[in-house]
Amino acid sequence: MLNYIWAGMLLVGILYALFTGNMEAVSNACLDYAESAVTLCITMAGAMALWVGLMEIAGQAGMIEKFTAKLQPFISFLFPDVPKDHPARGYIATNIVANILGLGWACTPAGLKAMEELAKLEKERGTSGYKEAERAGGGREASDAMCAFLILNISSLQLIPVNMIVYRTKYGSANPSGIILPAILATCFSTLAGILYIKMKYGRKI
Amino acid sequence: MLMRLSVIIIPALIFYIVLNGVLSRTDVYDAFVKGAVDGLKTVVNIMPTLVGLMVAVGVLRASGFLSMLGELFGGLTERMGIGAEFVPLVFIKMFSSSAATGLVLDIFEQYGPDSRTGLLTSIMMSCTETCFYTMSVYYMAAGVKKTRWTLPGALLATGAGILASAAMTLFL
Repeated sequence: MLNYIWAGMLLVGILYALFTGNMEAVSNACLDYAESAVTLCITMAGAMALWVGLMEIAGQAGMIEKFTAKLQPFISFLFPDVPKDHPARGYIATNIVANILGLGWACTPAGLKAMEELAKLEKERGTSGYKEAERAGGGREASDAMCAFLILNISSLQLIPVNMIVYRTKYGSANPSGIILPAILATCFSTLAGILYIKMKYGRKI
Repeated sequence: MLMRLSVIIIPALIFYIVLNGVLSRTDVYDAFVKGAVDGLKTVVNIMPTLVGLMVAVGVLRASGFLSMLGELFGGLTERMGIGAEFVPLVFIKMFSSSAATGLVLDIFEQYGPDSRTGLLTSIMMSCTETCFYTMSVYYMAAGVKKTRWTLPGALLATGAGILASAAMTLFL
């Protein structure tokens, strides 16, 4: 995906500059923006080290596990047809917690494992398309739990938008962390919309 | 009001995490340093992508293409008092978070992070996800081709997030 976006941006930009006569500006922009990308990383390094360091403390102190355990009732509410002892639940919970805490590196692996486990669950149930031999067929339909899990993920669950705060600091905001509460409220609203939709659709055919 | 309350969240969080760490007899300082190393590694890892993407956005901007796009949506965004770059940003964010970051930085540079456009951008980026990217990666892991009601739900949640961001921006 990024392949096409990146190449597209560069090709379109340079071609467009040919028509508008902005080639000199484009030439300067290349070097300027490359430099500011590096400056940005240097600014960001401190905040990232601080945040991931704190999360390591939270992890070693068992706080993340505790949150995961507390999430079980919520998972039962959203995924009523995933059995209580199924491994998918653990991965779903880890993914949600990692998302809330903004731990990008932890949410994707847990999310991928959760999807694999949900596929196994369908296989155990003998849903058509999920038997071993049919894997290559491509006739697999998403299960209700998969749809719900993805919508929840895409609705965004992030509590502290660390990146945005860092970027705001870098560009001289008077109050970089001032967006935290509004962002949390907006995130709650989008997640709520997602959950309402999930509740409308879950367990109904088509 | 919302801005001022936001200020205590980070100190409160640090207090809570460190206190919990001490109470559970974790080697808090060692843990912190170990995590900090990981954090720095993440930054080093994204540096090359960021260079690539910011240069791409810089080229698009300097060529005049972005302002041309902006003029296309000009009537709509002008009435709302926000910069024209916001509209392309919403679309790019659905496909790639890092590509969107390049545009965000450009918006901050041009309008300032505390302008109405800057605030809207900050909040919108914080409450939406890369819809199409997430769907393709996750469904690939499960070998699923037919996604049923995932996309309508995901777009609904994203739309709700954008609306909420616009509402929040008005209150700041």
